[in-house]
Amino acid sequence: MFLIHCPHCQEDRPEIEFAYAGEAHIVRPGPEQQDAMSDAEWSEFMFIRDNVRGEHCERWWHANGCNMFFNAVRNTVSDKFIKTYKIGHKRPSASQIQKWKDAANG
Amino acid sequence: MKFSARSLFANALSGHQNWPEQFPNKEPKSEYDVVIVGAGGHGLGAAYYLAKKYGITNVAVVEKGWLGGGNTGRNTTIIRSNYLFDESAGIYDHAVDLWDGLSQELNYNVMFSKRGVLMLAHNVHDVQSFQRHVHANRLNGVDNKWLTPEECKEFVPILDISQNRRYPVMGGALQQRAGVARHDSVAWGYARAASKLGVDIIQNCMVTGIRRGPDGAVLGVETQKGFIGAKKIGVSAAGNTSVVMEMAGLRFPLESYPLQALVSEPVKPIVPCVIMSNAVHAYISQSDKGELVIGAGTDQYTSYSQRGALHIVEHTLMSICEIFPIFRRMRMLRSWGGIVDVTPDRSPILGKTPVPGLYVNCGWGTGGFKATPGAADMLAYTIAHDAPHKINAPFNLDRFVGGRLIDEAAAAAVAH
Repeated sequence: MFLIHCPHCQEDRPEIEFAYAGEAHIVRPGPEQQDAMSDAEWSEFMFIRDNVRGEHCERWWHANGCNMFFNAVRNTVSDKFIKTYKIGHKRPSASQIQKWKDAANG
Repeated sequence: MKFSARSLFANALSGHQNWPEQFPNKEPKSEYDVVIVGAGGHGLGAAYYLAKKYGITNVAVVEKGWLGGGNTGRNTTIIRSNYLFDESAGIYDHAVDLWDGLSQELNYNVMFSKRGVLMLAHNVHDVQSFQRHVHANRLNGVDNKWLTPEECKEFVPILDISQNRRYPVMGGALQQRAGVARHDSVAWGYARAASKLGVDIIQNCMVTGIRRGPDGAVLGVETQKGFIGAKKIGVSAAGNTSVVMEMAGLRFPLESYPLQALVSEPVKPIVPCVIMSNAVHAYISQSDKGELVIGAGTDQYTSYSQRGALHIVEHTLMSICEIFPIFRRMRMLRSWGGIVDVTPDRSPILGKTPVPGLYVNCGWGTGGFKATPGAADMLAYTIAHDAPHKINAPFNLDRFVGGRLIDEAAAAAVAH
């Protein structure tokens, strides 16, 4: 079971308090974009996923806790969380993720 | 060498010390007509059917680990075809047709045992939904019948059918033609039969890239053992399909999740068939060794780690003990995880890709083992003809753009 750091509660909580909510940083198209979108673009938004083997940005929901959504970077091979961050932050760059990893390793 | 009573007797005389190797471990040639990526049951089966049915014997199967070490060796060995939709009935029943007689065809005992799969109904919705499945199956010529609680009890004597339980048994859908098989034997049997027909099986040879020509068509695969030329490539890589497809510049509607299973200590025969409960969410059968084989749903997050969390296992066992309190004191011996590639509609993707010469068999999610011979045959057919068979034509990649989904997720409401 994971221990997940909720950036809202500011503490590590067990995984059973959380619900996984899929890949992060997928932006729902706005109303004016939607009219112009092709089937292929809709398919990309609805169904196509990076399914990263490695460092994956994903959304979690502290469903049985503060009830807030947040994002996380997790390595999908080791299952280790690198960092959790609040929604609204941009997708972290590779160098940002490396900095977080260096900080975690001291 | 053919397995027979005679060869068994002859080898017994020499103390079983002189059995020949069943399939040679080959080094890659520089070029093949077809390279299959992934030596699980699906991939090895595809190589076998390419050689046997479609006359293409210059085939290699490349595998990053060892043969049958992925989901082929990690499932709960259940075989059934009682799916709701016509398309699913077509492909899963084709697989069950091939399971019949597979041991004889491969001259290798895959121990397919038609002991039946009983799906328990615990509420009015279950009853209606399963009866709908039974009717839909019968229209498609798929074996499935409705049992009353008393008939369920007769079939599975340890079942408690008293109606004052939290999850009373209100009936069940029984597919008598369904059952279990020995999963490792399926990989070994296909490998042995395929290599006898000239297929090279190359283990410890991870694919690191897909080389393409100026027209976009595939030229071959880059591997840990160097470049291997190929006119056609079939990818049957289960949980790692997204990774392989990215090498060809393709993004797929797949997510990879850990799915766990476990076995108990071996006991005398007590579970006569496969019993599934969607409402309580667990399934159980008993292996020929006597272990209870137990499984349920996936972990919630995507992962490639081939392991999952203990609370999922606990939850699964709570479900089993809810249905069968008799098992509360059983000790579990082993648990493990595999990585399953799940599509949005929980139906597979099996056919051509936008890249010429690249074919895919993926997205079987939590239910790929049962389809092994059928999926393998259809992948081989599609590669050989450069066009899908009518059985796998609906399972194309384009359905996620066109919208013709085969929504077994909604039909089953759970992992299947």
